[in-house]
Amino acid sequence: MATHELLLLKNMSQPGYSGSLADYERAGGYQALKKVLGKIPPGDITEMVKKSGLRGRGGAGFPTGVKWSFIPKDHPGPRYLICNADESEPGTFKDRQLMERDPHQMIEGMIIAAYAIGVRTSYIYIRGEFVLGARVLERALAEAYQAGYLGKDILGTGFALDLYVHRGAGAYICGEETALLESLEGKRGLPRIKPPFPATHGLFQKPTVVNNVETLANVPHIVNRGAEWFASIGNPPKSSGTRVFCMSGHVKRPGNYEVPMGVTFREIIYDIAGGMRGDKPLKAFIPGGASAAFLMPEHLDVKLDFESVAQAGSMLGSGGITVMEEGTCMVWAAENLLHFFNHESCGKCTPCREGSSWLLQILRRIDHGKGKMEDLATLTRLCGNIAGRTVCAFGDAEIAPITSTLQYFRDEYEAHIREQRCPFRSQPAPELISVGR
Amino acid sequence: MTSAFSKAAQERIPGIIARYAEKRGALLPLLWLAQEEQGYVSEEAMKEIAGWLDLTPPQVYETVTFYTMYNRRPIGKYHIQVCRSLMCALVGTDNLLGWIHAKLGIKTGQTTPDGLFTLSQVECLGSCGTGPMMQINDDYYERLTQDKTNRVLDDVKREGKCPLATGPFMFPEPAQK
Repeated sequence: MATHELLLLKNMSQPGYSGSLADYERAGGYQALKKVLGKIPPGDITEMVKKSGLRGRGGAGFPTGVKWSFIPKDHPGPRYLICNADESEPGTFKDRQLMERDPHQMIEGMIIAAYAIGVRTSYIYIRGEFVLGARVLERALAEAYQAGYLGKDILGTGFALDLYVHRGAGAYICGEETALLESLEGKRGLPRIKPPFPATHGLFQKPTVVNNVETLANVPHIVNRGAEWFASIGNPPKSSGTRVFCMSGHVKRPGNYEVPMGVTFREIIYDIAGGMRGDKPLKAFIPGGASAAFLMPEHLDVKLDFESVAQAGSMLGSGGITVMEEGTCMVWAAENLLHFFNHESCGKCTPCREGSSWLLQILRRIDHGKGKMEDLATLTRLCGNIAGRTVCAFGDAEIAPITSTLQYFRDEYEAHIREQRCPFRSQPAPELISVGR
Repeated sequence: MTSAFSKAAQERIPGIIARYAEKRGALLPLLWLAQEEQGYVSEEAMKEIAGWLDLTPPQVYETVTFYTMYNRRPIGKYHIQVCRSLMCALVGTDNLLGWIHAKLGIKTGQTTPDGLFTLSQVECLGSCGTGPMMQINDDYYERLTQDKTNRVLDDVKREGKCPLATGPFMFPEPAQK
């Protein structure tokens, strides 16, 4: 495929680039901030981001500029900007790289965003396990304060912003923006019922914007090179810009790759990630993190953009692409993911809390050769009772691995039940452990 | 009464609380501070934190129990956490657990008799392209083989750390000129 320009991974791809403030400035860093502060009215920045077509890179894909514009202009404040660095969607490891290798890119994006929406206090909510990431960010923030990019009178313009790192403590659900806000308030991370939306009642019930790391890292580039330029990259108007896709599973070259949206799964799996490990045939792939429905080899020519993946029956989600080779048991794969969802269900909504446990027990039974044919109908019924019946999108996410594997691999489920064993596993199945919370 | 926090830690607390418009916002950071101090979050520490933040001890406790990373009892000096989620499982979580068992003689949930290592299986740690992997205390060890796992465990046992820990993450690594 044609070569393309790197935006977000450009600096860190230079040999010797350390991510320090000095390195970032040498690479043109903080020029966007200087162009904006005191020179462009905040509202115009929001308009620029709207025009660029930038959509959220965390999973939901909400238009970023529109999100900013929902903050009430006449609110006395305070208002908050939160960077969602919880990166917890299985299959996703891009934000970790963006933060640890080029922290100032994201911080500059945050300062510009804070200026656009009139924020004086801002937090980076980073998942607790990323201890190194938190340290890198703390060091970068100290550098930015020292250089006058943060603090009371930024670059002598009178604009003030304080920025803090706030560590999570192990909870997938805190990547959901309202659960994140609860967690930041020192509570259990239970998603809130919406409305009201965070734009009016967010952190401490004040107007709040929550944006993903990769989303914010795009902002300086849009300011430097213009909304029209950004809107011409990828597959506009709905899918502008690049994405950092995270390749995992049975490919030769797993890792993070930044490409313009609109390349196909075939290109990213076979050209960019080097194709299948051991040259086995592709069996299935997950296109956008664990919450996205499985797709099949027949979907290889689907484009990696929001609309195309949705049309194929899944979602572009967080950009985590997990590839599975022939010989991978799909019942086992679904069971593994349901173990995750069962463990991570926050417990607020009954269909999700109880349903995830039931789903896991049934999958486990089938995988261990103790399934019954009527289990398949029960799975389908349970999934139908969870979808759309929970406060947040977790309920819809947890059923995706089951509904999609049942759709494409029903024969595999039936073989497990008929033969009373996993047709792919040569070893006896491990002991059947009961599921409990 | 003696405090669960050292004097140096106590001096940091007002600055942490000041970062938040409402005191309770400082709860997770103070729990982290308690765990740094003692290796786990004791009920005494929870009561002290409740006092600092004008909360009741149950309000602190209900928050502590929601999150997986706060230990409510002392564990081994080195906490090995192996990612069990699908992306790592596809490339060898089971192998890694076997290597650790062969080396240390412990299974998930167990601690070595010398109290040095505790083994846990955890959900996705954001290392999906570089599995199988484990986190030992603060550090990530990725793309593990049996030899590499043995070396990491030897080094950690002897020196508390290992140079094979992942630094600022990038994968694939940029080409060197």
